[in-house]
Amino acid sequence: MRVAEAWRVALDALRANRLRSLLTMLGVVIGVAAVVALVAIGTGTKRQIESQVEGLGSNLLIVVPGRLEAGSAPSVSTMSLDDVDAVSRVVGDRSRVAVTIASGETARAGSRTAFVSMQGVLETTPTVFVRRLDRGAYLTRSDVSTARRVAVLGAGVAGQLFGDRDPIGRQITIGGVRFRVIGTFEPLGQSLGVDRDSEVHIPVTAAQRLLGTDRIDGLAIRAPDRDRIDTLGADIVGTLTERHPDTDFSAVTQQQILGVLGDILGVLTGVLAAIAGISLLVGGVGVSNIMLVSVRERTREIGLRKAVGARPRDIGVQFLLEAVLLTTLGGVLGMALGITAALLVDRLSPVPAAVTWWSLALAFGVSAAVGIIFGVLPAQRAGRLDPVVALRTE
Amino acid sequence: MTAAIVADDISRTYELDGVTVPALRGVSLSVAAGDYLAIVGTSGSGKSTLMHLLGGLDRPTAGTLLIGGRDVSTLSPPEMARLRNEVIGFVFQSFHLLPRTTARDNVALPLVYRGTGRRERRERAAELLARVGLAHRIDHRPNQMSGGEQQRVAIARALVTGPSVLLADEPTGNLDSATGESVLTLLESLVADGVAIVLVTHDRDVAARAHRRIEMRDGLIV
Ligand SMILES: Nc1ncnc2c1ncn2[C@@H]1O[C@H](COP(=O)(O)OP(=O)(O)O)[C@@H](O)[C@H]1O
Ligand SMILES: [Mg+2]
Repeated sequence: MRVAEAWRVALDALRANRLRSLLTMLGVVIGVAAVVALVAIGTGTKRQIESQVEGLGSNLLIVVPGRLEAGSAPSVSTMSLDDVDAVSRVVGDRSRVAVTIASGETARAGSRTAFVSMQGVLETTPTVFVRRLDRGAYLTRSDVSTARRVAVLGAGVAGQLFGDRDPIGRQITIGGVRFRVIGTFEPLGQSLGVDRDSEVHIPVTAAQRLLGTDRIDGLAIRAPDRDRIDTLGADIVGTLTERHPDTDFSAVTQQQILGVLGDILGVLTGVLAAIAGISLLVGGVGVSNIMLVSVRERTREIGLRKAVGARPRDIGVQFLLEAVLLTTLGGVLGMALGITAALLVDRLSPVPAAVTWWSLALAFGVSAAVGIIFGVLPAQRAGRLDPVVALRTE
Repeated sequence: MTAAIVADDISRTYELDGVTVPALRGVSLSVAAGDYLAIVGTSGSGKSTLMHLLGGLDRPTAGTLLIGGRDVSTLSPPEMARLRNEVIGFVFQSFHLLPRTTARDNVALPLVYRGTGRRERRERAAELLARVGLAHRIDHRPNQMSGGEQQRVAIARALVTGPSVLLADEPTGNLDSATGESVLTLLESLVADGVAIVLVTHDRDVAARAHRRIEMRDGLIV
C-alpha cells in the first residue's frame, strides 16, 4: 500500500469517529498546550528579568556587606561615606560610584500622601545606572555635600502627589522634613519585583540626617571595562575588608546575577515543562487505550482487508498512522491553544509570556513521538490478527 | 493447463483449551479455470474451514496445498497476502463491506494493496460495478443499498483484481430467494469468462446447478 493511501485511510477512520477522535486527542491537546504555555511563561519571565538586570546599565558591580551564599543571613551594613571615598580612589573615578541608603517613608504634598521608597544617593546615580529624567534636573554634587533638601520623584510618586500639575519647584515632606522637588523620572514600571516609580531620590547626606545614621546600605560601581571587572571587585572588597576587619563584603556582577537567576528560572521552566510532559504522557496512554478499543471494534474490517490482500504490515501502518495522526493533530490544536493561552496571560496579567519556536518544535515532535510509541502496541496487535478469526467475528 | 488450487490430503485441527478439534481430516480436491464447484454439508462439517484454506487465509496443519502453483507451507504472511490478492476473490455470507465507504471505494479496496494508482482504481471499480449492474449505485454506501445490491458490490470487489478463483461461502444465505437467484445468475455468468467458482451452500437446488458437487461430513468429503 502506498503511503499517501495509508494516510487517507487513517484520516477517513478518524473522520468516521469524529467525536471519539476529538476526545482521544484531548489529553494530547491539553498536554501540548500546557507545555507551550508554561514554557512561554518561564521564558517570558526569564527574558523580562534579564532585560531588567541589563537595564541597570552595563559593567555594573554591586557591593554589599555579607557573604552572597545560600543560607547566610543578610548583614547589617557598617559602611559609611568614608568607605565610599576609599572605594572611589580604588576605582579612580568618583563619577563611577553610586551609593544608596533606602527607607520606606510617607511623602506628603498638601493633603495628598504617597508611600515612597526614599533613596539617599549621590549625584552619580544616573550615570552609574540607566535612569532618565522626565522633567527638571537631577541632584548635584553640591546638593550632596551640603545635604540640601531637594528631591527627584519617581513617575508614580509625582502622579500621586501632584496629579497633572508640574511638581517642579513645589514642596513635599518626607518624614516631616520639607524637600523641594527639582526633577521627576521617566516611568520605569516594575523591575525585579520592585515598583521603581515609587522611588524618591534625595542626597545621601540628607537621608542620613533624616534617618539619624552615618551608614549606607550598599555601593554600586560602573566598571571602566568588562575584562577587569572581577579584579576591580576583588580590590574593592579587599579595601573594605581592611577598613572593617570584622565584616564580610561581596561584589557581584550583572553576569553573576543573570547566571544565578537564569539557573533558577531554567530549572523552574524545566520542572514546569516536565509536569506538562507528564500530562502529555497520560494523553499518550489514552491514545493507546482508544486505539486498542478501535482495533477490537474493527476486527471485521481488519479481517476483510487481509482477505483482499493487506499484509500484516499494511494493517499495522494503517493503525500506527491513525495514532500518529491523532496525536499530531492534537499537538497542533494544543499548540494553538497554548499560544492563545500564553498571549492572553501576557496581555491580561502581569506575568510575561514569550512563545518560543523550540517549545513548539519540541511539543510537536513529542506529540508525534507519543503517537508512535503508544500506537505501536495497538498497531502490532491489529497487524497480527488472524484473518480467519477476524472474519468469523460478528 | 495447471489447476489454480490443488489440495492433497489436507487437514486442519484447532486447539481449544488443550482439546484438539479436527475441523478437516484429509481432504483432496483441485480447482481449475472454468470450474463450477458446489460444496454442501451440514453446519459444522468443515465447509468454511476448507474455504479459508483454499483461499490462503489459513494453512493446513497437514497435507499439501498449492495455490497458484505455490506451496502455502513455504510462504510468509506477506506472500500469502499477495496470493490472496492476485489469485483469489472472496464473497462472504455477510458481505463484509466497509461501512461509511462508497460502493466504488469498497470495490477498489483490493487494488489499494496492489499499489494501483487512485485513478486507475476508480476506473476499474466503476467498470466492475457496471458489470454487476450497479453503475447507478457507485457513490452509495452499504447502508443505502439492499442486501442483493451489497452482495453484488462484494462480488465486484472480488473480481476487481481479475482472480482465477472466486470463493463464495453461502453468498445467498442472507438474501431472499429472488435476490439470491439474481446473485447466483451473476456468479454463473463469470464461469463462462473462465473464472473458477467454489460455492458453499446448503440449498440442494443451488448445488444441483453446479458442474461438480462435493458433500462434506465431519471434516471429510463423502
Ligand atoms: N477457530 C476455531 N477454533 C476451534 N474450532 C473451530 C474454529 N473454527 C471452526 N471450528 C470448528 O471446526 C468445525 C468446522 O467448522 P466450519 O468450518 O465453520 O463448519 P461449516 O462452515 O461447515 O459450518 C466446527 O466443529 C467448528 O466448531
Ligand atoms: Mg460455515
